[in-house]
Amino acid sequence: MEVVVCVKRVPATAGKITLTEDEVDTKFLSFAVSPHEECAVEEAVRLVEAHGGSSTVLTLGPAEAADQLRDALAMGIGEAVLLETDGTEWDAVATARAISDAVSARREQGRGLDLLLFGNESADTGDFQVGVRVAHALDLPCVTGVKALQIADGRAVAKRQVGSGWEVFEVDLPAVLTIKEGINLPRYPSVPGRLRAKKKEIERIVPERRPAGPERLRLHLPPEQERGVQILGTGPEAAPKVVEILREIGVMAQ
Amino acid sequence: MILVFVEHEAGVPLATSLESLTLGRRLSKVMGLPLHASVAGDGARGVAGALGAYGASAVHAVEDPRIADYAPTAWARALAQVAEAGDARVALAAATDRGSEVMAHVAAIAGLPLAASCVAVAAGDPFVVTRQRFGGSLLEDARIDAGLKLLTVAPYAVPPEEVEPAVEPEIRTVAPDLMEGDLRVRLTGREAADDGRVSLSDARVVVGGGRGVGSADGFRSLEELAGLLGGAVGVSRAVTSLGWRPHAEQVGQTGARIAPDLYIACGISGAIQHMVGCKGAKRILAINTDAEAPIMAKADYAVVGDLRGVLAAVIEEIRRLGSS
Repeated sequence: MEVVVCVKRVPATAGKITLTEDEVDTKFLSFAVSPHEECAVEEAVRLVEAHGGSSTVLTLGPAEAADQLRDALAMGIGEAVLLETDGTEWDAVATARAISDAVSARREQGRGLDLLLFGNESADTGDFQVGVRVAHALDLPCVTGVKALQIADGRAVAKRQVGSGWEVFEVDLPAVLTIKEGINLPRYPSVPGRLRAKKKEIERIVPERRPAGPERLRLHLPPEQERGVQILGTGPEAAPKVVEILREIGVMAQ
Repeated sequence: MILVFVEHEAGVPLATSLESLTLGRRLSKVMGLPLHASVAGDGARGVAGALGAYGASAVHAVEDPRIADYAPTAWARALAQVAEAGDARVALAAATDRGSEVMAHVAAIAGLPLAASCVAVAAGDPFVVTRQRFGGSLLEDARIDAGLKLLTVAPYAVPPEEVEPAVEPEIRTVAPDLMEGDLRVRLTGREAADDGRVSLSDARVVVGGGRGVGSADGFRSLEELAGLLGGAVGVSRAVTSLGWRPHAEQVGQTGARIAPDLYIACGISGAIQHMVGCKGAKRILAINTDAEAPIMAKADYAVVGDLRGVLAAVIEEIRRLGSS
């Protein structure tokens, strides 16, 4: 089983986002891969543990994105490829093209490919499309939003969660899957894993950026949605007030 | 034309699709173009009548027995062909799982950019969309230069508006010209959720728990309250990462988006990734020991205090009233 998993370095925001003139202010932020992708990395490691073969993590981003590749290596991914940019933002079309080219080149070099994994959408730009575009470029089937996966006899049974349960898709390998958080609980990298990852060589490729749009004009913060909080009280004494509100809103069963 | 991809369940259009249709109608007015809808899947034809109330003058019903059930690439191929045949200027869908997926395929097939999760559109020259980043905690204005503009519409961004009087849409049958590869991915089965509980997305009340609940056991009182109110339990990402509760219950950017009448947030600090999942809630009641927690500023009502004591008292009060 040959698995390639694509990740993106994104700022790990928790509180309110602040902006510099035209960018997210990352001065006080750390970076990580998007949560869906962390699960895609874990899934890649588990697939190779279960079926043998090898795994590769690939990212398009600035030189610093090597940190995120090393995190994946520390979790048990075998090799890493950095499609290095100058830090300028790439749109989804350009990103998909660079990834497709890199994966095609590997296949031409005789590297196998059974599964190409992405996160369902990145945490920052949330474009919901890079995996699908790559699937079209490589002429591979694609299932998105995968939250449960079984591989047997050269086929993938991939499930998506919907309100009423699960939708099931079966596709032949090789295939592109976009993974959702919840498919697994990612492991913490071990200390020996971290040490191994530090020493590993990262393959670097510098792709050509060909923007296709949408063209970003400006970033801005949404208007604050202060709801004007009404404090109902402190501790258990607030219970009658709470129930009064439940009645008012009309959510009491009786 | 302005072309809207409409999702439906057994012939009833989804609310998110009516939102897209409403945005589509605004664009059709500004751009002076007719508003059309495209519907695929079993019962597609039956949806048409309901779409006239939202201004669709024509409904393209994709009818092909091979793709009567969901087939993302094939449905996208059909949509792309309808758009091309009708010289569509804008094609849009709701930014749901299916809407996002189908539009991504359309974009890949047509070789065009796609603006995801838009909340507003200025359909002038240039054509500028405002779209969500970071699940909606940041907005981006972006310009699309393409003969056919492709976009998805963020849920809850555009309230559905009916037109007066409703129009009678013309129904056009679409027999798509599918390629071999389009049929590789088709929905091949469904599995029902095994527990018969109220689903998060439909619940009128969601009782949410965060790290402040303290342990997996701590969720018993949240379940009890949810049960009394006929609601569902939701959790923050911290809780699923700790393995206390299943991921299916997660509310937030990487989990479910909910829109209950009331969201009761217990021991939840209010990180933006969580808040983007519950901003569709009509009312928020926060229970937290920390009066300065970010959730307090985003709630309508708040109780300051330890949630165990507060929940126990609320449950007792509801039971007392129920038995009297």
